[in-house]
Amino acid sequence: MADDDVKVSGDGARSPSNATNGGAPKNGKKGIGIIVKEEVEAFRAEMPGKVKEQIESVKDPTKTQLYTSIFRHKRDETPRNRALGVLSNVFLHLHPAKINRDSVRYPYTWGMGGITFYLFIVLTFTGVLLMFYYHPTKVQAFRDVLYLEHDVPFGKILRNMHRWAAHLMVIAVELHMFRVFLTGSYKKPREFNWNVGVILLVLTLLLSFTGYLLPDDQLGFWAVTVGTNMARATPLLGNEGPFGSQLGMTPYNDVRFGLLGGSIVDANALLRAYIWHCIAIPIIASVFMIVHFWRVRKDGGISGPAPVMLASEADKPRRAQSAAGA
Amino acid sequence: MNWHQLWTIATTPDNIPITALLPLVLFYLWLAFRQAKGNDELIAQLEADPALAKTHHRKTWPFRPGWQKEVHVWPFLLRMEFLAAIIVTAILMVWSITMSAPLEEPANPNLTMNPAKAPWYFLGLQEMLVYFDPWIAGVVMPTLIIIGLMVIPYIDTNPLGSGYYTLKQRKFSIGTFCFGFLILWVSMIIIGTFIRGPGWQWFWPGQTWDHNRLIYEVNRDLPDLFGITSNLGKGIFGAIVVGGYFAIGGFVMTALFRRKMPRDWRRMSLLQYQIMMFLMLTMVALPIKMLLRLSLHIKYVWITPWFNV
Ligand code: HEM
Repeated sequence: MADDDVKVSGDGARSPSNATNGGAPKNGKKGIGIIVKEEVEAFRAEMPGKVKEQIESVKDPTKTQLYTSIFRHKRDETPRNRALGVLSNVFLHLHPAKINRDSVRYPYTWGMGGITFYLFIVLTFTGVLLMFYYHPTKVQAFRDVLYLEHDVPFGKILRNMHRWAAHLMVIAVELHMFRVFLTGSYKKPREFNWNVGVILLVLTLLLSFTGYLLPDDQLGFWAVTVGTNMARATPLLGNEGPFGSQLGMTPYNDVRFGLLGGSIVDANALLRAYIWHCIAIPIIASVFMIVHFWRVRKDGGISGPAPVMLASEADKPRRAQSAAGA
Repeated sequence: MNWHQLWTIATTPDNIPITALLPLVLFYLWLAFRQAKGNDELIAQLEADPALAKTHHRKTWPFRPGWQKEVHVWPFLLRMEFLAAIIVTAILMVWSITMSAPLEEPANPNLTMNPAKAPWYFLGLQEMLVYFDPWIAGVVMPTLIIIGLMVIPYIDTNPLGSGYYTLKQRKFSIGTFCFGFLILWVSMIIIGTFIRGPGWQWFWPGQTWDHNRLIYEVNRDLPDLFGITSNLGKGIFGAIVVGGYFAIGGFVMTALFRRKMPRDWRRMSLLQYQIMMFLMLTMVALPIKMLLRLSLHIKYVWITPWFNV
């Protein structure tokens, strides 16, 4: 390359000058003037090349060590690298590299599973921010919410977003389940994933419900009172439920007591709701989501849109099968 | 007509999701059934023409032989996901800026809220409290709903309609699910939100919530109607009625099922069939009990010292 030639010739030009000018002082030391002069010459000879090199590398950052250490392959528009872009990224590798050309059509999935997951992320993010301001105690909880509403910068928007995203998530899960049902996506081999989904549905509702009590206002207090009063009536395990009193259940040892940490909705109930809401259920739900996504992949990606099947092609009836086997 | 009352209910911030749920459900129903209709037409066409069925790509979406069957996730799927995330974020932003989350007075156990409503997604269960004792409405029903949902893949033996929208090939399962989801779940939520007022009384949309309204309703128990007075008699009578409902209901349903859906009948094992029938009959029992209550003012059907149904 031209740059290299320049550099080499520069060096070459310098060394003879060393020899000739070398009025070498007695101690083998060069005079300071000579050193400066040498350096300036070297600088003038080498710098243009180095600058040019630097500019070149900025023009194509994908060649830099920084880039290649982060991204494990080149970025170009080949099919192979498009696939690698998805596969070698920990967040994107939940996806396959390629999918059914029609399954990206919105009318098929309604995007509701993905939206549910996105809302879960939004809720985690806003929820953690809310946790910085919230104490789960009878004395402080309500005041903290007031403080958030009136004094914390963007506190009100933060709280609103958390609330509305929670409502939206419940709507999105229900619609997701509805579309999975309507497309028959729970059929073989996706039976198990449907069940994981049902558990996620329950967890979503519980997440929302445990959060309801946390502002410690009338709305949450009475909703949770009404809700947990039903636990009193649990058959066998509640003190007012069928066979409960026969089994020795009282208001002080039945399931409701266990849920509330007491016989009324009070400080212990607030703390329990807080821990379920902020720690336990999010972790459990995350685990189930991991399994859910993993199974979507392992079951062969999403179910469709598949080519329609005709009744005449449906499998043989069970009896005929067993008869044939016998 | 008290528009103000209706407006207050519809715009209570926590009710907005329900006001949104209704059009959303309707929109997606329309979207689903439009696709189902397209697929059903295609199925009918292919069934009439076996030669075409052999070569057809079998989707309502266009496809030409030269086209690839698969596309790259990057960018075709990721751009959709990105777009969805942006739209959802924008909606949330606007919603959060324009409308504030509710915050009532501090919790006060001595001051009862009237009506004390559960969060909207549990209103269906709360509505059931009118017709059933808490152990059924609050514990048994949710449990059965969860179990019922979980067994769906194992009792639906129909191999058709996997991975595409269709109505014709899955009339029974779609009908049942829609009955459960739309009628028993969504519409109960709407009743719970828009119609139930103080004292959990029925106020038509636009009727003023009257906090002092009292309704004198004499509810009877079914055994009383038949003049049964002894506790033992009531217990036995109730067991016979409930048992009879499942026995006769099961018999009638089976007769219908065998005639109308012989293929499914043949495909299903005895266990699969019984689980399905039990869940179906239990689900149908809800509107029956509601009707009994609304028309004949029946409170309990089966009375025992331990529980009442
Ligand atoms: C927190 C809740 C949930 C999340 C985050 C979630 C997420 C997802 C995502 C992202 C997909 C990929 C396809 C799509 O977007 O539609 C999916 C598929 C699926 N989900 Fe869920 N889901 C949840 C709850 C549920 C529920 C409640 C059910 C059913 C009761 C369910 C059953 C399924 C099934 C069977 C599939 C495979 C669908 C197919 O192959 O077409 N999921 N889920």
